[in-house]
Amino acid sequence: MAEAITFYTIAACILGFAALVVTTKDTVHSVLFLVLDFLFVAALYVMLGAQFLAAIQILVYAGGIVVLYLFVVMLVNLKRAPEAHQDPHRLSKLGFGLACAVLIELGVIIVSGYMKAPPAALAAPAVLPVSGNTEQVGWLLYTSYLIPFEIASMLLLVAMIGAIVLAKREL
Amino acid sequence: METPSTIHGAMFDTSELVINMGPQHPSTHGVLRVILRLDGEKVVDAEVVIGYLHRGIEKLSENRNWTQIILLTDRMDYVAAATSNVGYCETVEKLMQIDVPRRAKYIRTVLMELQRIASHCLWVGTHAMDIGAMTVFLYAFRERELILDLFEEFCGARLTYNSMRIGGLPQDIPPGWDKKVLAFCDIMDAKVDEYETLLTHNRIWLERTKGIGVIGGAEAAGLGLCGPALRGSGVARDVRKDEPYAAYDEMDFDVPVGVAGDTYDRYLVRMEEFRQSLRIIRQATEGIPEGPIVGKVPRLIKPAAGETYHAIESPKGELGYFIVSDGKSTNPYRFRVRPPSFCNLQALPRLVRGHLVADVVALIGSIDIVLGEVDR
Amino acid sequence: MIDQFVIPLLKILIVLNATLVGVTYMVLLERKVIAWAQSRLGPMRVGPYGVLQPVADAIKLMLKEDITPTKADRWVFTVAPIISMVPALIVYAVIPFGPVVRLFGRDVSLYITDINVGLLYIVSVASVGVYGIILAGYASNSKFPLLSSLRASAQLISYEVAVTLTLVSVILMSGSLSMVSIVDSQYNARVWFAFVQPVAFVIFFIGGLAETNRAPFDLPEAEQELTGGFHTEYSGMRFALFFLAEYANMIVVSSVATTLFFGGWLRPFPNVAALHFLDVLPSWTWFLLKSFVFLYIFIWVRATLPRYRYDQLMRLGWKVLIPLAIANLVVTGIVKVMLF
Repeated sequence: MAEAITFYTIAACILGFAALVVTTKDTVHSVLFLVLDFLFVAALYVMLGAQFLAAIQILVYAGGIVVLYLFVVMLVNLKRAPEAHQDPHRLSKLGFGLACAVLIELGVIIVSGYMKAPPAALAAPAVLPVSGNTEQVGWLLYTSYLIPFEIASMLLLVAMIGAIVLAKREL
Repeated sequence: METPSTIHGAMFDTSELVINMGPQHPSTHGVLRVILRLDGEKVVDAEVVIGYLHRGIEKLSENRNWTQIILLTDRMDYVAAATSNVGYCETVEKLMQIDVPRRAKYIRTVLMELQRIASHCLWVGTHAMDIGAMTVFLYAFRERELILDLFEEFCGARLTYNSMRIGGLPQDIPPGWDKKVLAFCDIMDAKVDEYETLLTHNRIWLERTKGIGVIGGAEAAGLGLCGPALRGSGVARDVRKDEPYAAYDEMDFDVPVGVAGDTYDRYLVRMEEFRQSLRIIRQATEGIPEGPIVGKVPRLIKPAAGETYHAIESPKGELGYFIVSDGKSTNPYRFRVRPPSFCNLQALPRLVRGHLVADVVALIGSIDIVLGEVDR
Repeated sequence: MIDQFVIPLLKILIVLNATLVGVTYMVLLERKVIAWAQSRLGPMRVGPYGVLQPVADAIKLMLKEDITPTKADRWVFTVAPIISMVPALIVYAVIPFGPVVRLFGRDVSLYITDINVGLLYIVSVASVGVYGIILAGYASNSKFPLLSSLRASAQLISYEVAVTLTLVSVILMSGSLSMVSIVDSQYNARVWFAFVQPVAFVIFFIGGLAETNRAPFDLPEAEQELTGGFHTEYSGMRFALFFLAEYANMIVVSSVATTLFFGGWLRPFPNVAALHFLDVLPSWTWFLLKSFVFLYIFIWVRATLPRYRYDQLMRLGWKVLIPLAIANLVVTGIVKVMLF
């Protein structure tokens, strides 16, 4: 009961802030609402018992990625007055049409998924030799999902080098 | 270079930024205004605007008689007033061919060297504080207080001494003063070591001062730099050695000379000057001869028509006085000062070029200026 | 009921109050310690030996006029100091002041809570604190505070990387992210982690200095810096919040350093029975004493060292501390696998 109330409150906040992200006029406010969104998503993770994921969500998303968004937004704002932004309602009809199309697609997928029988056994979660949130994530990352992990780290390395090459003046 | 008011509108759109430092600023050591033109963080050019402390001392002197001008010389380099006094008095003595007795010369030497230490104390304190080491400021001022006490005993003032007269000194040293001076020297030796412990081998200090504001000897001399700023670049020019005055020809001391011409070397030169000054003070105090303290000076000082230039080594550099007497009045016809800070400040745009904004403050401190002298 | 609500609430109240009082008295402590280092006395007028100075400061700041720049973003301007302060306070939820003790017939743990990702919680909450600085500069609606705040936050983020890497070394040593179990593993290992991981400790401390914008890494807020700091437009209580946040962060860094590297609440040589007489001091006093030593070192460093230039500061973080932290991590990993 309490869990349901908490879930719906958090979900409402997430959706509310997400709506505010796209409707606010001021770009910096929009980014701040995004941060709040991520914080509430972290709260959801805690509710699901994935505390590690919640902490990482805050650390990486809210504390790292969005900070970079904020940097960029502020430096761009520096050069352009807010009045110069274009009318946000200009392409609203097109946007509305596209959103409806995506909604119909999602609806079809979900409904047809309910129609079919659920798969016999959702692969039972493997019994991992370690217990504890962090340990389980670590175990999975380094055994079942090793290759995606390594590819992701390669990707990050390439992105870092790319950023340095783009930004440097003289090496 | 356009004035900042025309630049202001363009402040946002270009890669070059013009910012204004001063005249009210914690680190410019007085009312100095520096207009910096930046490319990102690097300084492309700097324009120094002075005159905020101009009091018309040179013009005022034309309406004062020769002894009254001594009061005005105090107020130029107010950090090292005794040296300014001596410089002026010696210039007039040179014009009038007055002999100063040996006792007066020795005491003048002691006072000037004490003044050098006091000035360098203020320099090291403010320079270190600008770079962030705020404790050195308090320590240096603690020692400066000791020197100011000595001066107060001698002439009654702590900052603007009026402590010299044409031909000698206004009064003799009080009894026991020389012992106090020697006691001070013993204390000061240890204190200079204390400053060095805090700064000289400190990695952060080295990073903030090494390689900053490098200037070669020939270029420095060409820009008119003088004093420790010039000696830091390797040019061994010290008026006390090259054209000795007061009792310096009888003193045994070395002139520290730097190698790299950067802020660190200028710092090392001045730190070594502390020690050499202590050496001179000890020799001079122990060797003060007996005798009169004023030479034969006419009752009314009225030099014959003529002009002369005389320079001394003030803590900031070569302080020169050029006086012209027309032989008819008791006031000088023209009184012109060659202030070392003014000449050294000319080098600031050359020194800051290519450095970062945070280095500008270190460089202003490294040149060691006193605005009273720059603006007069 | 009592165990679920009353006791945690009481603990929260006590810790929060203690922290806030501690933070205000940190201001006095800093002024006094720096003054003594400089042959001065510091505040002496208000109260005996200046002890009531923080009260006077608080009253003054609260009575000051609340100035908001005209074109500033009102909401962001108000919220920025709050964002700076709150993370520093909520970190205390996981810091263990002592083990489970027997109080009034109940087993009470001397920490508000012990979550299994305690260390990660601390790091992630601290990373949210960066927003306070960025928003403060932005909300001032002026170019220089904005650039200065972006620089300050870049500094924070860079040193966060080095600090997090050292924390990973500690996690390797203790095998768990929970703060209480880190202290317990120091007890079991019979040695404080500072002696086993000296490099990690030094990097953590230097990183802590940089994270809290303390000397020698305080260029973004130094008065000699031409571009005014990010808090230029703030006055009164909002300004106070920023500086209290800085001191609160200092206390957090000291507490975390104590817990991770110096055995938290353990007395020196906790396994040696012969030194049992040291137990007369309760566990939390040991914790407070050790934290206090670190705070003193923070202030001592500020009084002594000159200040790094911004590019030198960033170079130190990226080119020296991060490689060292990574090397430390690799060595720790190798040693741990081979020997234990």
